[in-house]
Amino acid sequence: MENSEKTEVVLLACGSFNPITNMHLRLFELAKDYMNETGKYRVIKGIISPVGDAYKKKGLISAHHRVIMAELATKNSEWVEVDTWESLQKEWVETAKVLRHHQEKLEAGSCDHQQDSPMLGKPGQKRKWVEQRQDFSQKKLLEPKPKDVPKVKLLCGADLLESFAVPNLWKSEDITQIVEDYGLICITRAGNDAQKFIYESDALWKHRNNIHLVNEWITNDISSTKIRRALRRGQSIRYLVPDLVQEYIEKHDLYSCESEEKNVGVILAPLQSLINQR
Amino acid sequence: MKSRIPVVLLACGSFNPITNMHLRLFEVARDHLHQTGMYQVIGGIISPVNDGYRKQDLVAAHHRVAMARLALQTSDWVQVDPWESEQVQWMETVKVLRHHHSELLRSLPQTEGQDHGRACSVAPTAVPELKLLCGADVLKTFQTPNLWKDAHIQEIVEKFGVVCVSRTGHNPKEYISGSPILRRYQHNIHLVREPVQNELSSTYIRRALSQGHSVKYLLPDAVISYIKDHNLYTRDSSWKGSSTQRNEGKTD
Repeated sequence: MENSEKTEVVLLACGSFNPITNMHLRLFELAKDYMNETGKYRVIKGIISPVGDAYKKKGLISAHHRVIMAELATKNSEWVEVDTWESLQKEWVETAKVLRHHQEKLEAGSCDHQQDSPMLGKPGQKRKWVEQRQDFSQKKLLEPKPKDVPKVKLLCGADLLESFAVPNLWKSEDITQIVEDYGLICITRAGNDAQKFIYESDALWKHRNNIHLVNEWITNDISSTKIRRALRRGQSIRYLVPDLVQEYIEKHDLYSCESEEKNVGVILAPLQSLINQR
Repeated sequence: MKSRIPVVLLACGSFNPITNMHLRLFEVARDHLHQTGMYQVIGGIISPVNDGYRKQDLVAAHHRVAMARLALQTSDWVQVDPWESEQVQWMETVKVLRHHHSELLRSLPQTEGQDHGRACSVAPTAVPELKLLCGADVLKTFQTPNLWKDAHIQEIVEKFGVVCVSRTGHNPKEYISGSPILRRYQHNIHLVREPVQNELSSTYIRRALSQGHSVKYLLPDAVISYIKDHNLYTRDSSWKGSSTQRNEGKTD
């Protein structure tokens, strides 16, 4: 298939990234290889969107640090970058809204694109002919053809997929919107469990073509929880996180028994509205 | 305060190529030994195997040494030593241990300088111990008939000592209880649990590379660049599946 016929894809990963680890970064690599190999897609960008502090998860340290660590971690990546929009919002933002924000941003951005030009480097790089747009400032710009706008898809691990089943954590209309309007790329070791989970959900089953399960053949158990635990116990986290991240954590003494107690007793943001309704 | 015994960790293996897992072995082993309160790890050595080992898909030693060197650029305590790879022929692990141990004894006065002024004191007269660092898979190969000489196994566990890091699908306690020699010297075999389960192996890396898949974040960027620049582990290098071991078991 010609490159021009492929759907351009942007992978969006939402999460705490508390801290970011080599496993998070691997998700992007595995997903990109998988999607590109289908022959139908071309992955053009990866976005890491750390959750805002208002999420109130236990042990969640300030977004400021989590964003910087993610930026350090992606410094040497040619295609994965960090977006701070979600983390800067005062209130917690549902994942579906983050997806929508980024999709709309892409659609607005593609008004500036000539249809055939490939995505070069990171957004914000000005192109010569942008100045010509000033002549058209009063005129309404043509709507870009939907086919030519890159599509945002949610990148996640099996834990996020299965969290759809946690009562009241997700709004059912959000789950539907995520799989219907955007799509899910789920990296998992236990492909059979994930398939069973999809089968058992009407909403997921209906849009199963928009859910891509990518097999991770080797166990790579580098979870942020284990990183924080190792740090509390004075154990090395080298080679589990990028060197720059390890140095940053050490320099700022980020994770301790104290930081792990943050938000203890506080209700997780998505569950707060449930309490208010009573 | 009782002085700690200074220890140097030696890892032998193909390192074909070196991966983050290999680098983790050192970190995890050091933490473990320090937390026993008895040891002070003062250095680490990676010793890539000689080309004469003739393991399938083994790329030339000078590449494997260069990659290990790049991987260790940012390490302040682990180094690569090409001595084993530069010998005329392959040699048994115990001989590599003997060599490095005598080198250590010869450089004793400088050993304390490498201490980097750590808080824990190292007794001036303490002789550093050289221990073999390996994954549980290597410990298992001690059982394979004719792979290791019994006398060598004994010398390794008696005179030197082993630091063995757990690996998925392996039960090192079982290997120890199943061998009289290992049982006798089990006090000198340190079993280290790696809480972060990681099935990463060089075999996996080679397979991924031959299939054109990304291996970023599984090994240092500098090593990945080297592999690309020198066209190693491509489809043309024909990955033929898991290789058979000729003599002693070596970690990937």
